[in-house]
Amino acid sequence: MKAARAATWGVNGLLALVALVALFPLLWMLSVSLMPLGSASTFPPPLLPLHPTLANYRALFVGADLGRYLLNSLIVSGGITLGSLACNVLAGYAFAKLRYAGRERTFSLLLGALVIPTQVAMMPLFLLAREMHIVNSYAGVILPSLASIFGIYLVRQYARAIPTEMLEAARIDGASEFRIFARVVLPLLKPIILTLTILTFLTAWNDFMWPLIVLTGSSHYTLPIALASLARQHSQDVEMLMAGSVVTVVPVLVLFLLLQRYYIQGLLLGSVKG
Amino acid sequence: MKSNQTLAAWVFTGPALIVIGLFFLVPVLLALGLSFTDFDIYALASLKNVQFVGFDNYLTVLRMGLFWKALGNTLYFVVVGVPLSIAAALGAALLVHSRLARWKGFFRTALFTPVVANIIAVAVIWKYLFQQHYGVVNYVLGWFGVQPIDWLGNPHMAMPTIIFFALWKNFGYAMIIVLAGLQAIPDELYEAARLDGASAWKQVRHITLPMLGPTLMTVGLLTMVGYFQLFAEPYVMTEGGPLQSTLSVLYLMYNQGFDWWNLGLASAIAFTLFVFTLAATFLLVRVGRRKGWV
Repeated sequence: MKAARAATWGVNGLLALVALVALFPLLWMLSVSLMPLGSASTFPPPLLPLHPTLANYRALFVGADLGRYLLNSLIVSGGITLGSLACNVLAGYAFAKLRYAGRERTFSLLLGALVIPTQVAMMPLFLLAREMHIVNSYAGVILPSLASIFGIYLVRQYARAIPTEMLEAARIDGASEFRIFARVVLPLLKPIILTLTILTFLTAWNDFMWPLIVLTGSSHYTLPIALASLARQHSQDVEMLMAGSVVTVVPVLVLFLLLQRYYIQGLLLGSVKG
Repeated sequence: MKSNQTLAAWVFTGPALIVIGLFFLVPVLLALGLSFTDFDIYALASLKNVQFVGFDNYLTVLRMGLFWKALGNTLYFVVVGVPLSIAAALGAALLVHSRLARWKGFFRTALFTPVVANIIAVAVIWKYLFQQHYGVVNYVLGWFGVQPIDWLGNPHMAMPTIIFFALWKNFGYAMIIVLAGLQAIPDELYEAARLDGASAWKQVRHITLPMLGPTLMTVGLLTMVGYFQLFAEPYVMTEGGPLQSTLSVLYLMYNQGFDWWNLGLASAIAFTLFVFTLAATFLLVRVGRRKGWV
């Protein structure tokens, strides 16, 4: 009995320790963001703000245009999410349930392309963006992400479970393919659409390398790009950088906590091959 | 009826295929072409300045000391970082899954949180936690008598520090997938083992680990492919330094392509990295096949 108690304490103690390591940096960020400029760089490092202040947030929003970057991030991530939902859901359903010549070949081409890292395409993509005059614009970030092979794959996996008889019955009733999609299929896909929404939004929000390349001036910076640039220019101002980090982390963290179940569903579906 | 479906199918898949084709598949092919040209800043001004140079870029890459340095760093990151991340994920998953664990939901969410936290933000945070004089890490180690360490400023410590950071950031992802694998193992197996008097450790060794083989293989592959693309971490924490000790291949590609506008050479670097990633993937899959995990 005693041994069992010790084991329970051991397991939960270890878990608490790991959870502390996982969460401490984020709690520290929040705390330091409320400290007056210069007060975090002392020894021993302070854990809590003695005189909490919102001055860092004010300085960022008033002096460093953070509101603009926040808006940019919302526009870019929102645009990508809406557009790629439409593209991926339509395509995923077609690959799963519509019968036509060329389906398997097209889909396996897409699956094959999944092994190519996206960075390989970035040099020509930049030249293409230049030709299209979308360098340093929202479109430059949004357009290349308007569809994703992974998203199509996810929807296809899910849509395969839709009974074909249901679709056939609707066809016999004379419904058009588009009507069948809108009336019969779409309601059934609701869970995977939620999953895809949160996965896409988080990925778009956190995306770094391509926005860094295509956003050549600060006017269209998304939050991660702005934060990286701020961290290079103001490397001494920890407190201010932490306020910037809070604004970059918290919106998607809240979204994740609200829709956690769907997010994790997506991760699991994505890691199983079929 | 059939032709209706055919038309609808192409209408439904059309937008996605156009986007993926125009912004991914065609650029990949163009990148291959680009890697055989001397496309540089002059070509950016006028396409007339582009010349076909055959395999010159690839030869340049293979002769470039910096490329081998970057490849070595990247391999260091992958070879040390992937097993550590998977081991941490496995340990965390076993703890959360344990019958003894309380507040499972809270712990699972807490351990997963770093995965969704923005990488630039958490890289900035850890940069200061690792700061030599005022950083919390050295402060805590000081309790145990450890002298302050220059984590990101010492060429021998910078990559291990970045590996630790990546482990912290990513283990929750693999943990979630391993947890799902653990839940799929039938309880009867454990019950039978318990009746035979097998200890908890023996149950893990002889039931859990073999049953998890395919799951660990999958997360290992996914993590490895991701780790080959090391970029944001050194970009924010060290700018590739000190003494290029954290310069990754992708960082080198970024430098060559978008700081110096040597887009031809950058494309060759990208394809060379792709080849190394593919080779590593095949190697891992072969090992997995021998063990019956794939």
